[in-house]
Amino acid sequence: MGAYSVNGTDFEHDEEGYILDVNNWNEDLAKVIADEEGLDMTDEHWEVVSFLREYYNEYQIAPAVRVLVKAVKKKFGKDKGSNKYLYELFPYGPAKQACKVAGLPKPTGCV
Amino acid sequence: MADQKFETPALREFRENPAIQKDSMAHSQPFIAKPEHNEPLGFPGELVDNWEEKAVAKLGDLLEKNRALRVYLDSCVKCGACTDKCHYFLGTGDPKNMPVARQDLLRSLYRRHFTLAGKIAPGLVGAKDMDKEMLDDWYKYFHQCSQCRRCSVFCPYGIDTAEISMAARDIMDHIGVGQKYSNEILAKVHVIGNNLGLPEPALADTLEGLEEDVLEDDEVEVKFPLDQHGADVLLVTPSADFFAEPHVDGLIGYAKVFHQAGINWTLSSQASEAANFAMFIGSYEQMHKVANRIRKAALDLGVKRIVFGECGHAWRVAYSFLNTLAGPWDFLDPNYPVPQHILEVTHGLIKSGGIVLDAEANDDKVLTFHDSCNVARASRMGDMEGGQFIIPREVIKASCNNYVDMDPQTIHEKTFCCGGGGGLLTDDLMELRVKGALPRMEALQDVVDNHGVTHLAAICAICKSQFSKVMPYYGFSMDMIVSVHQLVGEAIQLGAKE
Repeated sequence: MGAYSVNGTDFEHDEEGYILDVNNWNEDLAKVIADEEGLDMTDEHWEVVSFLREYYNEYQIAPAVRVLVKAVKKKFGKDKGSNKYLYELFPYGPAKQACKVAGLPKPTGCV
Repeated sequence: MADQKFETPALREFRENPAIQKDSMAHSQPFIAKPEHNEPLGFPGELVDNWEEKAVAKLGDLLEKNRALRVYLDSCVKCGACTDKCHYFLGTGDPKNMPVARQDLLRSLYRRHFTLAGKIAPGLVGAKDMDKEMLDDWYKYFHQCSQCRRCSVFCPYGIDTAEISMAARDIMDHIGVGQKYSNEILAKVHVIGNNLGLPEPALADTLEGLEEDVLEDDEVEVKFPLDQHGADVLLVTPSADFFAEPHVDGLIGYAKVFHQAGINWTLSSQASEAANFAMFIGSYEQMHKVANRIRKAALDLGVKRIVFGECGHAWRVAYSFLNTLAGPWDFLDPNYPVPQHILEVTHGLIKSGGIVLDAEANDDKVLTFHDSCNVARASRMGDMEGGQFIIPREVIKASCNNYVDMDPQTIHEKTFCCGGGGGLLTDDLMELRVKGALPRMEALQDVVDNHGVTHLAAICAICKSQFSKVMPYYGFSMDMIVSVHQLVGEAIQLGAKE
């Protein structure tokens, strides 16, 4: 177990780097998590993160990959509306790595 | 995790055995469950006092309840037939991943306390006391077994290593050493209704989105009903079908089949999960509880039939144990199998003309099929011997003109595990998952090279997730893995029925 340190404040995370309290999330923390993941955050990354947070606030779970793909397609156009494009943004998988940056719990089960 | 460092094994000459690499996987173990994962399941939160004695007592208890376990522990003659049959051994070379060595981890304790020779002269018969070293080995190597039972096919005595591994995990849970992945998920099923933790409003929203997608793509109003009272069929499917790719495409396929056949069906938000992870941890009590959600949903919704979606171990639990776990099912229509597999439904409809498929829709693909371990070796489909091998292949061939089987030593009852079954589909075991997939990847590469295979179809949520994750390590594209009902969904002629 460890913690991310952001401007002198510690945010606890689990063994895999998912923060323990989804309500503690802020953009500075997201930058630190993204850094640890080796991600260079572009506007597209932030759009995905913000969509994930909106969806989570409404449904208490991350959206299905398909739902995320649809949202990205709507926002960035047809050529970027694919699971493959999301993997380019988040190489360890949109469902897991993007959730981690967005401060959401990891989806569990056969996924 | 993303930062795990290991080398992906090179594909070898097809079906070559590895050189022994002692302790090469001695570092591999999943995260240990915390008290908040264990306690809701009735297990102690953490390692209990006197755990050595309690482990022995629990083993004694299991031996009383499960006569087969005693037979498996007694009957090994060390013939060696199993040694090169486990995908984890073939992928890692670690001799402790030979099935006989895995069994011996439990057998040594059994001999020490439950056989005369082991009590008198432990050193002569490989009998050992429980200590920290043994517990560590158990935790590591019983979590390098996906309970796929391939080794038992080759064992002349039929020793089932899966049963031994389930028993060992059950003992560990009872002394407070659980695996985080499985136990966290089981706790979620009881609270939210599925492994994913998908609440009812999110499920409803997802299904609504799928209705829109199908309407847009096919211009047909295919429904994805939820909690519809009085429906004829309750579909129980893994929650990954609502979430992951290519699983969702399979779900769309089921819905199109029901639509076209005019079958009145529903999903349940209460039993929104086919998987039963309690089997992986060897807990009858949990298995019973998880299975009874399905019974309750069937009664509440007043359905006449229960159909299972594409999920390997769920089908084992459903086909082999559902009646003892959650029966009697006398309130269901006796004219249909209880339960029925979605492939049996689709296969029957293809035969009867209830649905029409145009295989040309999948002419851009050359398919092969991965038999999922629990379907292949622990269940059946249809009313003929080997139906679990015949029916999926017939459905694929009806949906697609180009089909090739992989090497006979790697399919049907000799199929290799995908490498992620039995509660090991977790990121903290990624190295094991990648290496364990090696034998399947070698067989796949063989048909890719020699027959131009472009896609691998599967009927298990774990297999699908595992392959989409590990195939890129071997140079295959992640979208090479498809659901069988995805092919059906592409080929089905909506509205073409007379």
